[in-house]
Amino acid sequence: MIITIFYYVMIAFVVFLMGWNLIRSKKWQEEVLYIIVLIPFLLRLLRLK
Amino acid sequence: MKKNMVRKAAIIVLGIALAASAGVSFYRSRHLQEPVVAGPGVTQVRKLSAYFPALRGTANDANVYVLEGKEPGGTFLVLGGSHPEEPAARLTTWLLAENGVVEIGRIFVLNSANRSATTVTRPGGAYPPDYTIATPWGGQKFRMGDRWSNPLDQWPDPEVFVHYPSRQELAYVDVRNLNRAWPGRADGTLTEKTAYALIQLITKEKVDVVIDLHEAELQYPVISTIVAHQKGLDLAAMASMTLSDEEFKIGMEKSPVELRGLSHREIGDRTDAIPLLFETPEPFLDATRGRTNAKLLLEGKDEFVVRAGKHGLLFEKIDAKGWPIDVRVGRHCSTLLQVLDVWSLDHADKAIVLKNVPKYAEVIAKGVGAFLRDPTRADPKTIYYE
Repeated sequence: MIITIFYYVMIAFVVFLMGWNLIRSKKWQEEVLYIIVLIPFLLRLLRLK
Repeated sequence: MKKNMVRKAAIIVLGIALAASAGVSFYRSRHLQEPVVAGPGVTQVRKLSAYFPALRGTANDANVYVLEGKEPGGTFLVLGGSHPEEPAARLTTWLLAENGVVEIGRIFVLNSANRSATTVTRPGGAYPPDYTIATPWGGQKFRMGDRWSNPLDQWPDPEVFVHYPSRQELAYVDVRNLNRAWPGRADGTLTEKTAYALIQLITKEKVDVVIDLHEAELQYPVISTIVAHQKGLDLAAMASMTLSDEEFKIGMEKSPVELRGLSHREIGDRTDAIPLLFETPEPFLDATRGRTNAKLLLEGKDEFVVRAGKHGLLFEKIDAKGWPIDVRVGRHCSTLLQVLDVWSLDHADKAIVLKNVPKYAEVIAKGVGAFLRDPTRADPKTIYYE
């Protein structure tokens, strides 16, 4: 259970990092890439998949 | 600057739309209601947690349908949904729970032995979220499911799965495979707890024979067969010979002693019950399949699998007719009925008489859907959800 909670904390951290990079990015190609990579992490964080 | 912000906002909105679309689909699939209309033979419906309270409130607190005869006899346990992506197994248990009437003895039926695995499809596998069986009253929808417990219910996976108690090293993902988790343990993972609960059921109810229903890809050598623990070789051999002579070809194989965690090995080693595992062919599972959709799942037709057969890569025949779901469910029904007959002949004091379950030819002639009951026309007290 502790490992599972830690896993979700890690996912939340990765989501935060990618969101932060998305906001700071100046290239649209990178922004699209960040948003695509973000989706599975977001779905896991929301316990949808 | 303003142009950048507008572009970012547009990309974020697009991302949210994609995530929402996928999320809604996944949520609906995970929470799809699967009704079972308990038939006239069902005398009780229990929860698996009745045998192991730690399962209460978890995804794997499955329904246990009890079919009891008026006369005492033997006891069978039939497991569907050990691997939910093998739909003939679960559908056979639906037919049992909705139609079966036991006159002598008892049969315990689980439609979702690993219920958690029914709530997910294989990530990256492009599986359909569900499939529909045509019925005279429209159709009934079932969750597609996967081979392994849902990662939302059990995570993370280890680098290597070390089976308990043998300490045999197995593939990491099989830590979520019910048919590698036997005999399970009380303080283990959800999958191990499920196996442990089933062992408690087998022991407490003095189950004589456990039938674990499965399907297999045609490129897998263990197919169209009954896998038997050494205690059940005679039973499986007689059933196999009779079926092969009267209905369809089916083999039998001895459970390997060195391969741990499987129902046909561990149940036989650790309880008084005889475990048998039935396999039917499911082209949907073959690695060389074409488009992975509900049509392939139910019709079992695939030109690429046929081509693999022409190159001698398969362990079962396939032609343009494929392996339709009616054929696969029919095989499981007839194999179960045949095993019951052989068992009852050899154990008069522990006989089991089961009626109203269709045999192979009848399932093919009428279709699986003809034996599913319409929940909208049933007494609500008889409806249970998987």
